[in-house]
Amino acid sequence: MNELSHAFVVFISAIFTQNILLSYFLGLCPFIGVSREVKTSFGLGLAVIFVMTSTCLLNWLAYEYVIEPLGLHFFRFILFIIIIAAFVQFVEMVIERFSPSLYQRLGVFLPLITVNCAILGASLFMVIRDYSFIVTFGYGLGSGIGWFLAIIAMAGIRQRLAIDRIPKGLQGPGITLIIAGLMALAFIGFTGVLSGN
Amino acid sequence: MILAILTAVMVVSLIAAALAGVLVVSEHYLNDYGRCRITINDERELEVEGGRDLLSLLTSEKIFIPSACGGRSTCGLCKLKVLEGAGPLLPTEEPFLDEDERKSNVRLSCQVKVRQDLKIEIPKELFAIREYTCKCAEITDLTNDIKQFRFELVEPQTMDYVPGQYIQLRTPVYEKSSEEVYRAYSIASDPAQKNIIDLIIRLVPGGICTTYCFEYLKVGDEVKMNGPYGEFRLSETDAPMVFIAGGSGMAPIKCMLHHMKNTQNKRKAVYYFGANHPRQLFHLDLMKELEKNLPDFKFVPVLSEPDNGDNSKYEKGLVTDAVRKGLKNASKSEAYLCGSPGMIEASIKVLRELGMDEKNIFYDKFE
Repeated sequence: MNELSHAFVVFISAIFTQNILLSYFLGLCPFIGVSREVKTSFGLGLAVIFVMTSTCLLNWLAYEYVIEPLGLHFFRFILFIIIIAAFVQFVEMVIERFSPSLYQRLGVFLPLITVNCAILGASLFMVIRDYSFIVTFGYGLGSGIGWFLAIIAMAGIRQRLAIDRIPKGLQGPGITLIIAGLMALAFIGFTGVLSGN
Repeated sequence: MILAILTAVMVVSLIAAALAGVLVVSEHYLNDYGRCRITINDERELEVEGGRDLLSLLTSEKIFIPSACGGRSTCGLCKLKVLEGAGPLLPTEEPFLDEDERKSNVRLSCQVKVRQDLKIEIPKELFAIREYTCKCAEITDLTNDIKQFRFELVEPQTMDYVPGQYIQLRTPVYEKSSEEVYRAYSIASDPAQKNIIDLIIRLVPGGICTTYCFEYLKVGDEVKMNGPYGEFRLSETDAPMVFIAGGSGMAPIKCMLHHMKNTQNKRKAVYYFGANHPRQLFHLDLMKELEKNLPDFKFVPVLSEPDNGDNSKYEKGLVTDAVRKGLKNASKSEAYLCGSPGMIEASIKVLRELGMDEKNIFYDKFE
């Protein structure tokens, strides 16, 4: 399989069969906290796609040219985290300064996902699975889109739930986690369509 | 081996330093919004460095807005009104604000960035809670185990509180305690004297804070307290009032009575003060004076173990017996109780038997 088609397979499987949120349960905090309205989730989802793709690539470069040659494997958690945090802060400042309208739609979500474990998780998976640069791009983008789809679906369901009667003990995060579980089951149905490791 | 570890640490530190450098430089050029002025409730002004979120700015100015998620827009607790300068409502805030709140400019303070002058409104209770530095000005013996402590506020110099509220007194580390502790005491002073806080404290054997106050605290010492807190306060009706409190429970009642005198409150009020023995009575002169100066107030000391002297001026028995005797029909009255849980429960029982509605019984349990 050549690089490009491998990247494509990884891309698709990251969205569906290996959805980072629904199969690995990473990035749950904003998934539960910011999924009450589709509009808000949309912005957050876009921010995740952007940050996940770009930090995966940045971290790939850092891994390939700094961490690997110097044998700093045990430091990769720290390095990945600080690279992600610095990058997100930097992008936020730039957007805020130069494009208030983009800031309002996307920028406000950036600080919320700096410490999102899905972002770090994607970078770590890319290392473990030994992806090349192109494949990493496919993987980061796919994981971001997968997360985006999951939160949009959840927000759509929760918007309908808002007007339904829910037993008191289940309101809020309780029912949300149950729905997340059902969605995860549904996504597992994609298993076997592609195997993209 | 050691060399490898050193290089690794060096490299990681270098990368972190380089990234931090980039951020510092870009923050300097990109995030510079100059000095901004925040006007709070039209009465206080803060001059702050712009570019941060409102919640953290207020926290660093020691104005504490509740927040559980630490500014990640997931808890929705840090609401306050921003009247001017906040910019449009952000999508991160929308899920937490209902129609009314949006109309009245309520925002999540963790999401509002300070980029220009702001005008905000904070609920008075939150705004009023501060830390106070004060000086112990006077210690008066009231009985063998109750003292009254007078503190003069140094910084800030005045406290706005509602009579009935309490403060938390900080006990520093001293011989008998290896950590700072905070204990709540009701304010007993005359609210007209805004820079004085009186506390009436009973010695609890072995108590960290009371032992400190009784044995270590000297006139002239500096102490810290924060507050005011609490919902125990006079209602705004005209119903006749029954106060029941013994010992140091007199503190909030005393404060309320001063306040009633200051505002020439015409409500009928009776204060039953329970004690065992005449030597446990205190502030009798003050109560006499209040009886004289208030339109309709009576102080009734009740003794359960009168001595052999002249006890004709006291009621005898338990405080609840005296209440039963003095208050034939309580259905139209309100009661304000303060003291130990046992005394409060016994009083509530009697008051209900006398026909008082439970929602007209207000109390402050000393536990």
